Amino acid sequence: MDTKTIIGEFKEKFKSAILGEVAKNEKRVIISIKPDSILKVADYLYKTDGFRFIIASALHTKEGFEIHYHFSKDEIGLILNIHVLLDKNKPEIESLSNMFNASNWIEREMHELLGINFLNHPNQEKLISEGNWAEGIYPLRKEFKNS
Amino acid sequence: MSKKTLIPIGPYHPLQEEPELFKLYCDGEIVKDIKWETGYNHRGIEKLSESKTYEQIFFLVERICGICSNSHPFAFANAVEEIADIELTNRAKYIRTIIAELERIHSHLLWVGLAGHFLGYNTVFMWAWKYREPTLDLFEMISGNRNSYAMFKVGGVRRDIEEAKIPVIQKVLDDIKKKTDLLTGAVMDDPVIHARTKGVGILTKQDVIDYGAVGPTARASGLAIDVRKDDPYAAYPLVNWKVITAEAGDVFAKAQVRLLEMYESISIIEQCLDGLKKEKEGAIEVKVKEIPEGIGNGRAEAPRGEVFHFVQSDGSNSPVRHKIRAPSYVNIATFRKSCVGQTIADATISLAAVDPCYCCTERMAVAYDNSSGKKILNAKELIDLSILKTAEIKKTLSGRNE
Repeated sequence: MDTKTIIGEFKEKFKSAILGEVAKNEKRVIISIKPDSILKVADYLYKTDGFRFIIASALHTKEGFEIHYHFSKDEIGLILNIHVLLDKNKPEIESLSNMFNASNWIEREMHELLGINFLNHPNQEKLISEGNWAEGIYPLRKEFKNS
Repeated sequence: MSKKTLIPIGPYHPLQEEPELFKLYCDGEIVKDIKWETGYNHRGIEKLSESKTYEQIFFLVERICGICSNSHPFAFANAVEEIADIELTNRAKYIRTIIAELERIHSHLLWVGLAGHFLGYNTVFMWAWKYREPTLDLFEMISGNRNSYAMFKVGGVRRDIEEAKIPVIQKVLDDIKKKTDLLTGAVMDDPVIHARTKGVGILTKQDVIDYGAVGPTARASGLAIDVRKDDPYAAYPLVNWKVITAEAGDVFAKAQVRLLEMYESISIIEQCLDGLKKEKEGAIEVKVKEIPEGIGNGRAEAPRGEVFHFVQSDGSNSPVRHKIRAPSYVNIATFRKSCVGQTIADATISLAAVDPCYCCTERMAVAYDNSSGKKILNAKELIDLSILKTAEIKKTLSGRNE
């Protein structure tokens, strides 16, 4: 299986959910999808295609909140970033932690540092700052300044 | 109803990347559940990174971990060079690889020593740490620092390895190879170590996939994932070596993987030194004008597994977002699988098998009685419990021989 086949089949299957694609090279592909299809997409990548979940990176931009879910196909060295854009005022998305444990901590971390809500997360408690950080202040949001 | 005992391990681990508190809930001698608290020493490096320039970030990420202080700059360099489409000179590739593999050797030796200590083999601890010293001396010779080598920059390395230094490095490698033979022999053939580590702290292949574990933790469970092979960077595609795996997934398999990996590291360094001899004239860096707008996914294989750096650039001189994932972040979560169902005496070595630098366990693990809140075991007693178990096995085994 090469990148072309894998990405081709993926695009065919999720035609209606895909919003855009950037393929830098054979080993780095970014695909933007609609947030409500994340469960189906992750399920397909993890169970059918045998991708490994590396981690997710969330960031705060002018458009809203973005998450890159990094999946790795180790056999061919491919990193597939599944990119979603969440609402500026009410960022929320389905949790992947009922599918695999690898996303459990990072979703708690994103909830804590950026205030993104992960629906149906098994245990969305604070991971890092339990007991020593104010509620409702999110240090990774752009309005939070250093020093 | 039986009484459950809570054993906290942590939270302060000055030598660990991520200080954490582990609470072992025990029924009698068996660990029934494990919970963790983290973030005691959260330094906000991801946020800090957004206010630094690309050159400064190398020094920042180098300080994430003291033991594998080279792997974070390596992954960060890979990410930034991906954004700017930079191809390194061969000389820079070889030097980067030599530093990374020397680091793997010293990190694995450190782990073997600690694992020996937890099992009551203090001689192994003394040996391993003694053999590790010369690698740190090499770092001092090459970079001027025994730790935090400050070798990397965008587009290359900051210091060259001159020809005169190559025989010195070669001599240390020859010595380490002999000592590794000695250590591997001592671990692989010792019936007591077999009794203490085989079948202990097992992680199945499915557990590894579920938790996304990486590095020796994954390879010991039969999952042949190694960034150096899967997504080759620096000089790894230019040299011959193989990925070491084991099937059992227990503590013994993890020790086996680490010990055998040291031979591969030695071989990789030797091939890179040959490469340096051939590429005498090459530059060690390429000039980089600017980092354009874009996204970089950089990864590198640290001694403990895959380090992942996500960098988003807007074309200015510092990143918009810099996400860092250290290997222990995913490996530590597997404790729920490897420790539950074990005895307390085995929990120490099961926790240490993931290599989260557990040197400090003896200063902080304390067992409390859940109902009275009274201390029943302190850290030293916990390790003593593990050492006692080894002594008992030794006695049984020697009795059988007689």
